[in-house]
Amino acid sequence: MSLIIKVENLSKKYVIGHKAKERYKTLRDTLAASFKNFFVGKRKVNNPEFEDFWALKDIDYEINEGDRVGIIGRNGAGKSTLLKILSRITEPTTGKITFKGRVASLLEVGTGFHPELTGRENIFLNGAILGMPKNDIQKKFDEIVEFSEVEKFLDTPVKRYSSGMYVRLAFAVAAHMEPEILIVDEVLAVGDAAFQKKCLGKMKGVSESGRTVLFVSHNMGAIEQLCNRGILLDKGLMVLSSDTNAVLSKYREFINRSQVTETSGIGNESTRRGTGELRITSFQLLTKDNEPANEFDLGSTIRFKIGYKAIEELKGLAVAIFFKSNSTNEMISSLRHEVISMTLAPGNTGEVIIEFDGQTLRPGEYPLYIHISEKSYYSNKFDLLDGYVAPLVIRRTGNNFYNNYVMTGNYGYFSMNSSVISVE
Amino acid sequence: MINDEYCLVVEAGKTEKNYWKDLWKYRELFYFLAWRDILVRYKQTIVGIAWSVLRPLLTMLVFTIVFGKLAKLPSNGVPYAIFVYSAMMPWQFFSNALSEGSSSLIGNANLISKVYFPRIIIPASTVIVALVDFLISFILFLLILLWYNYAPALSIIAIPFFLLLSFFTSMGFSLWLCALNVEYRDFRYIVPFIVQFGLYISPVGFGSEIVPEKWRLLYSLNPMVGVIDGFRWSISGNSCPLNPLNFFVSIAVTFIILISGIWYFRKTEKTFADFI
Repeated sequence: MSLIIKVENLSKKYVIGHKAKERYKTLRDTLAASFKNFFVGKRKVNNPEFEDFWALKDIDYEINEGDRVGIIGRNGAGKSTLLKILSRITEPTTGKITFKGRVASLLEVGTGFHPELTGRENIFLNGAILGMPKNDIQKKFDEIVEFSEVEKFLDTPVKRYSSGMYVRLAFAVAAHMEPEILIVDEVLAVGDAAFQKKCLGKMKGVSESGRTVLFVSHNMGAIEQLCNRGILLDKGLMVLSSDTNAVLSKYREFINRSQVTETSGIGNESTRRGTGELRITSFQLLTKDNEPANEFDLGSTIRFKIGYKAIEELKGLAVAIFFKSNSTNEMISSLRHEVISMTLAPGNTGEVIIEFDGQTLRPGEYPLYIHISEKSYYSNKFDLLDGYVAPLVIRRTGNNFYNNYVMTGNYGYFSMNSSVISVE
Repeated sequence: MINDEYCLVVEAGKTEKNYWKDLWKYRELFYFLAWRDILVRYKQTIVGIAWSVLRPLLTMLVFTIVFGKLAKLPSNGVPYAIFVYSAMMPWQFFSNALSEGSSSLIGNANLISKVYFPRIIIPASTVIVALVDFLISFILFLLILLWYNYAPALSIIAIPFFLLLSFFTSMGFSLWLCALNVEYRDFRYIVPFIVQFGLYISPVGFGSEIVPEKWRLLYSLNPMVGVIDGFRWSISGNSCPLNPLNFFVSIAVTFIILISGIWYFRKTEKTFADFI
């Protein structure tokens, strides 16, 4: 086995602002700040509004030719940053990477698709963006079209495509790249069930042909099937690198014991945002018997235990939990309860348990968005965890891989109570 | 299967040695992006083409009336419309390239945050789109020559050279502005100002001779002065002579802006994905 990627001492630092309005830097603000600094002599280092955030810290890793490496970790662990650096989209702050092969990365299907252009034009454009030489695209054109099942609409602008057709065409182009190293970010979670099966088959084919694959996914089933090696990341550090099973079991153990505290995740805008008057101090998923758990069998009762602390005086308390889609990250359902109506004094703490009967939820993984606030809908005092805790996992009974992979046997996230009233 | 030809080292804080080689490798993407922008611009919009014909024509009309007929500025015996139009062509090219180029990176944010390629391809390909507009307005120019029955000087064969010069000028400014635009979002407000202001301080509606002789050298610090004078000279020959010293100053400024633009762009391009 020969070495194909060598990562040495890799770190990536971001400077993050704590104020939401500092979304973009403007020249005006920068000039104003430097004038102020010049006259007042204030140093940026002491500025509490900005803080260094290490998305990755001292990663050392070697990948051999033909390895299929699964990269796992919770949201905010640094997986995407690692992929971005390996794909050369952004530069590391320290460290060195040596590649011994052509790298192609697929962080999103359909990157660069233009709605006004036809399917045919987009195949060439997207291929060029992914780094395929024009000759290769021409050679594989028929294969791509056949794989995508959109031959009838090749000369239609893609803005008239259904979302399914769009995704199929986009994946078809990507699936026909032939680099020595392929970097993939959870792109399989798209399209309908039959097409997902096809994509997964294609991915297996790619990895069996001896190419090196790096694969990020939240889907443990897919990692188990595709990868022979695993890397577990947490808070930018590499916790474990070993064979897939060892890493997966470590990950499960890890997410089960990982605790939310009053301060966890603060400073990472994407996973924790709050206004500071109140805090979530703990979060746990429980079974009906109050046993801690992360994975639940289909149809079982789920309890959410949330700890809170009032930092300032609060007018009551409301707790909301939103379920998100694992593939699109949109909110798919929510529950909200006004749990306390009297005034809370600063320093008051407590715990709330909410039960959800779970009958309608279909198998899959549901990232959770946990929100506590003052009782009133109109209050702007809140604290929230966005995908910080491990996702809620609903297991399908039986262990058919494809059924587990495809989020639902039926379509959608929730089952619907329906019955036939009449047939003529 | 491992091919040493593809050996690549990415190291923090170091510029890559094979940057220009990489750019050559991605030339197909450059063609495709330019082709996409042209296609999208002219697709299903007759207005797209009409606009690139109407805009220079109307501006020429207004300038001819205001500067030629009302202010009665000199045009060295060249019909005022032709005098204005020969300056209009490089100016429109520059202003189109600048407005499109400076927002090109932001407009392609999804590409930049999802795939690697030498980022310089993006502003370069938008400047190419402005070139297509230039070609359309050049064809229109030939018709205007016929209309006025005006025979251009032999020096018209030098037009490609001056076009290249205006390409370098546009590219230099675009590189600076699009890179700054990624980090400082308020730069997009500056661009329309530069374009508008530039129209008045460049010799588009008038000839650069009306600037007093002692200020001419200073005036040539505006790189578009050299480009526009060059265009006028190549079309009207000795009626619009080119002062070699002033012209050289404009060329020097163009290259300073271009080279520093490339330098700044390369310095910042690796972190575009973090800001965009």
